[in-house]
Amino acid sequence: MSTDTAKSWNRYLPPALRSWRDAGIILPFAILFVTLSITSQPFLRKTNLLNILDQQSAILIIAAAGALILVSGAIDLSVGATYALAGCVSAQYAIKHSVLSAVIVGLALGLLVGIVNGIIVAIFKINSLIATLAMSFVIGGLGAKITKGNLIMLTEKPEYGKIAQSTWLGVSSSIWLMVGVIVVLGFLLTRTTTGRYMIASGGNAQAARLAGIRVSLIRIIAFGISGMAAALAGIIDASRVLSASAQLGGTLAFTVLAGIVVGGTSIAGGQGSVWRTVFGVLFIALIGNGFDLLGIDPLYHQIALGLILLVAVGLDAWGNNKRR
Amino acid sequence: MTKQAGDLTVVGVSKSFGGVAALTDVSITVKQGEVHSLVGENGAGKSTLGKIISGLLLPDSGQIQISGESVSFRSPREALAHGIVTIAQELAIVPGLTVAENVLLGDEPKKVGFIKRKKLRKDFAALAKRVGFEFEPDTVAGSLSVAEQQKIEILRALSRNASIIIMDEPTAALSRQEAEALHKVICDLSKAGTTVILVSHFLSEVLELSDTISVLRDGHLVKTMPAAQSNQEELIELMLGRSLGAIYPTKIFPHYTAPTVLFVNNLCAGGVSNAWLSVRAGEILGVAGLVGSGRSELARAIFKDSKIHSGSIEINGVRITGKNPLAALQRGISLLPESRKELGLLLERSIKENITLSSLDRWSKFGIISRRRENQVVAKILEKVLVKSAGVRQKVSHLSGGNQQKVLLARTLMSSPRVLIVDEPTRGVDVGSKRAIYDLLTELAADGLAIIAISSDLEEVLGIAHRVIVIRGGKIVSELSGRAMTEHAVLEAAFTGTK
Repeated sequence: MSTDTAKSWNRYLPPALRSWRDAGIILPFAILFVTLSITSQPFLRKTNLLNILDQQSAILIIAAAGALILVSGAIDLSVGATYALAGCVSAQYAIKHSVLSAVIVGLALGLLVGIVNGIIVAIFKINSLIATLAMSFVIGGLGAKITKGNLIMLTEKPEYGKIAQSTWLGVSSSIWLMVGVIVVLGFLLTRTTTGRYMIASGGNAQAARLAGIRVSLIRIIAFGISGMAAALAGIIDASRVLSASAQLGGTLAFTVLAGIVVGGTSIAGGQGSVWRTVFGVLFIALIGNGFDLLGIDPLYHQIALGLILLVAVGLDAWGNNKRR
Repeated sequence: MTKQAGDLTVVGVSKSFGGVAALTDVSITVKQGEVHSLVGENGAGKSTLGKIISGLLLPDSGQIQISGESVSFRSPREALAHGIVTIAQELAIVPGLTVAENVLLGDEPKKVGFIKRKKLRKDFAALAKRVGFEFEPDTVAGSLSVAEQQKIEILRALSRNASIIIMDEPTAALSRQEAEALHKVICDLSKAGTTVILVSHFLSEVLELSDTISVLRDGHLVKTMPAAQSNQEELIELMLGRSLGAIYPTKIFPHYTAPTVLFVNNLCAGGVSNAWLSVRAGEILGVAGLVGSGRSELARAIFKDSKIHSGSIEINGVRITGKNPLAALQRGISLLPESRKELGLLLERSIKENITLSSLDRWSKFGIISRRRENQVVAKILEKVLVKSAGVRQKVSHLSGGNQQKVLLARTLMSSPRVLIVDEPTRGVDVGSKRAIYDLLTELAADGLAIIAISSDLEEVLGIAHRVIVIRGGKIVSELSGRAMTEHAVLEAAFTGTK
């Protein structure tokens, strides 16, 4: 118990900050943020910061749900295709129907795709990496078929733009939606039985089953959430530019995965958090923003991103080895 | 790789994990060619010491000397170069490779990257002959029993010219005959000049095999002494720092009016055929049988973890209809699975999360966990099941085996079961925790819980059960109670299938 008293001041910190290793992404994020504030004049302006959040809102929504998928021991590579398909279908539907119904149709489609993914992975026991990769081809093909390869324009339906482009308290609705999703999913993972069961299913599926957890159902729920999040992101981006195309979202799944992993969520499952994922995604976004503001060749941006990802995965593996 | 014979000396070694001291200033000399046992309760530091000697862990302070020369191992590979090899509880064999390939893994005779298969077999044959093991070199290792697989590891160690072999609980997963075979191997190794450091919970085994015994308690070395000058009582006293009393608590038999809680009716499932059994409230039914006889299969079938072909399971006269463990749990059956790491715990999560995992619904409303209630119930159960830890937020991977088992036992009790099945409740658990677990089981039974206790340790089954059934080949071949419940009768039934 002597250790408790020695570190008693720690009690006032959130659990994640009690040791530097647990702090993970926070430290580099803070360093980067401060560095950019000093080196680049426009960085700290409100418009720039809100701009970053606005641009990242779709990715953040998908990544928050993706963290749940990883925690529950799976991976979802079909989010890019779902994002594009839901955006297209919702936009197409909005041309002739109300905006609200178009949103509902888009989300329902995402949920459906997610549940199909979940059933393939949980019931038919197909490795999620391969299953969702295959599904992304199927969904992508469906998208191309529905749009016939064309860009769907919503110039005659400007109301659709209100989904992402309205402002409240000076902040655009896309950001509000993103914050809402993150809060809900963060709460789901840390404070609900479903979240606890996701952690258990990803950490030790056999033990979870013997503890009376419906592991398959939990995985299907995680995929359902992921599909819906991808659809919402697709709708938001369609609303931002008032157009949608089935060609979008090609590398989205990997961008999202990079953010989650940089945030410190384990690819092995059973460990992870939504708010860390947010910092992981924003960390990557800040690097991009910084390179732009400082006028560095974007080529280096890619290289830097790759190296950061390797460091993040390396730290995870190192931590796992050390624990043994 | 060089063979370094000589005495191994540990000088003033200390090691702590996250501020908790696991070893404090331990100094031991292991003479060449002796069998030196490390005993102590779980958490006493014997496994940590073994890991430091074998290079898996680095000591915080102190050093290791071989033949008086100071050495420092940063990895098991460096320890290996000094002739030190560990055979861990979790075996490191590649199931898909043959025996010979496993033995010479990483050290195959080769020419420009191609393995010389003939030479490989010849090397293996020479080695097996030298040690006196009979092995078909082309058998696939995965098809062998655990004892045989252990022999593969021993052979591998010897093929690397190991002069010091550390064995961590080598007989924990073995049947009686297998354990005896391994004992002979250990004696032979020692005669041939190989030093064996044995970490074991079986005191009779330790006394029989060792030349020297070192007792650890709470990370301190209590005493090092010749085995010939010691006995079980003394060892237990040294390990606990007090005398244990009887190993088993006094049996409290259920009242004759106690109702039957569990009734298993002609159950046929994977590995189980035509099982009839009943357990009354307050009764502890022991299940004995050889390894692989279908003991655990019976437990899994009753817990609905395997497909049931025919027959039924009734609790208080009502048949359980569901097809998964959740159904069994909801109707009041709890299982403590035989392997806590694979089947039980979330090792990277906290004590609290592990304890409430199967009863989370009760402490939540609309799926939202009530932190207050969760903390309360965990605190309450921990008063009953004493777990030594740095708090309920500690990861269970940082706990000793005995404490991990107690955490798992706490979980099974959280769902308020009417029937508790414990499969190997004290496997890999130290003497002190063993007694605590026996006391707890006895107490639970006295409170009216029906308990099925499965164990490979025959003494344990006879020590705590009110009635014993013996399983052989998936069938219940004998049921013993009262004075008929003897070691002899159980063994006879287990081996021959007759009463």
